[in-house]
Amino acid sequence: MNLLEVENLCIWDAGTNETIVHNSSFHVKQGSCLAIVGESGSGKSVTCRSLMRLNKAWIRQSGDIRFKGEDVNLLSAKEMRKKRGKELCMIMQNGMRAFDPSCVVGVHCKETLGAHFDWSKSEMEAKMKRAMESVMLKDPISLLNKYPHQMSGGMLQRMMIALALVFTPDLIIADEPTTALDTISQYEVIEQLLLLRENMGTSMIFISHDLGVVRKIADDVLVMKDGEIIERGPINMVFTEAQHEYTQYLVSTRRALSHHFKKLIGEEL
Amino acid sequence: MGSYMVKRIGIAVPLLIMISFLTFVLINLSPLDPAVVVLQAQDIPEVTEELIAQTNEKLGFNQPFMIRYLHWAASCLQLDFGVSYVTGESVWLTIAPAFLNTLKLTLVSSVFIIVMSILLGVACAMREGKMMDKSVRGIAFFLTAIPSYWLASIMIWYFSVHLDLLPTSGMDSYRSYILPVIVLTISYAGIYFRTVRSSMLNQINEDYVLYGRASGLSEKKITMHILRNSLQVAISIFAMAIPIILGSTVVIENVFAWPGLGRLSVKAILSRDFPIIQAYVLIVAVAFVFFNTISDIINAAMNPKLRKDL
Repeated sequence: MNLLEVENLCIWDAGTNETIVHNSSFHVKQGSCLAIVGESGSGKSVTCRSLMRLNKAWIRQSGDIRFKGEDVNLLSAKEMRKKRGKELCMIMQNGMRAFDPSCVVGVHCKETLGAHFDWSKSEMEAKMKRAMESVMLKDPISLLNKYPHQMSGGMLQRMMIALALVFTPDLIIADEPTTALDTISQYEVIEQLLLLRENMGTSMIFISHDLGVVRKIADDVLVMKDGEIIERGPINMVFTEAQHEYTQYLVSTRRALSHHFKKLIGEEL
Repeated sequence: MGSYMVKRIGIAVPLLIMISFLTFVLINLSPLDPAVVVLQAQDIPEVTEELIAQTNEKLGFNQPFMIRYLHWAASCLQLDFGVSYVTGESVWLTIAPAFLNTLKLTLVSSVFIIVMSILLGVACAMREGKMMDKSVRGIAFFLTAIPSYWLASIMIWYFSVHLDLLPTSGMDSYRSYILPVIVLTISYAGIYFRTVRSSMLNQINEDYVLYGRASGLSEKKITMHILRNSLQVAISIFAMAIPIILGSTVVIENVFAWPGLGRLSVKAILSRDFPIIQAYVLIVAVAFVFFNTISDIINAAMNPKLRKDL
């Protein structure tokens, strides 16, 4: 069964009349992970934000977005808000900037959980604590009382994953969750996302331009270029028998890079 | 936070010493011989060399510069700014009531300026590019472009003379405040609301706003977060606005015959009453340091990141 079906999605800038995403259609199967790959400016993030209706006011969208059978475009603002976080959860690219810099991170957790659940303060704390521990954040209670600048990007990223764990959404949209991180934090975050999928069976849309990470986590891939989907299919097929020359280019670049890297390591050893 | 406050206030002390020194140096750079000024102010018909020497001796003008500065600085600390050359009265007793009057006008106006700036700034930022935003900015631009003495005169003519609703001048009751406060609010709020608006707009594009929305926070909560972060810029500007208004009410005070610091200082400058000018410059400068310190402390309380910078 498809959790999310997108048909003929068009996104354009009403100010300049420029089309950002042309007529794209795709779907996310229940429990699977769809990766959207492409260079910056190819329309990946805008596509994902349109699923949650979070684009700027002057960015307009048309087409069908069916989430659990319901057309997202027809929901009222309030109904949409109720779905955000609880059913459709986003994990942002830059953890450092995703939390209000002048509040401790606990404030965000309390406010977002409070917006969806009628939990008492201690209930909230207990749930947050368990989720944070499961994403390897030590000493959760004191972390909740820290300001974003007192934590690392990787910690904040895991904080967002912990929140997603508490929400148990149907679909997680991860917008380049590893791009702003160093390799070790990247590894940790990917591990947590993999565990999240394993444990909760959550469906996921994973935006990235790192094919190595995509290969680890995704089941299907969309390749976007200049607002169009130019390649789609199961992950292994895209890696081995890409049709479009841009995809071939991406895959071969990735190979060349890792080849170079392996060579370097080999020579040093 | 406590240690930040101590450090921040600690920084203000050397600043105040520097200010007092500069004030003293600048006044002493004046080419006029203070003894001559004193004698002329006392309407002595013939200023002789002998009289000048006597006055110099009496008022200590012939002592070395640093000694005179230290004497002056030490007595300033006890709120003793000397005596006026013209009236012979204590400078403190002359300047304190005037300062109080100006401070009252400034504080009342500041409250209106801050409230109006925040209300208009938030309203415009929330409706960026819409009719309301454009018209408010247009009207504000027009109003701030009007010179305040002209606006003040027009208002006096219409509200006080034509309609006879409000007093034309003086400082008799709360009604005396209405016109000067309106004129000051119009001239300053028109500028400051733009700052609030643009810092709100900067914050609206921040990731935390998107993440807040993506997590299902209500627009009201999100606006509070945006406001909280954008006010940090505004607070510094508002805190500096208070001493700026304090030092620039000269025009308004003259139009409305407000018995304040501005009028007193103009009178002192025209009659070369150095002790009063000195005290005036010092008071305004101290007000700047004071409000600047306060704004830094408020900002540090709102944004813990700033506390580390000292």
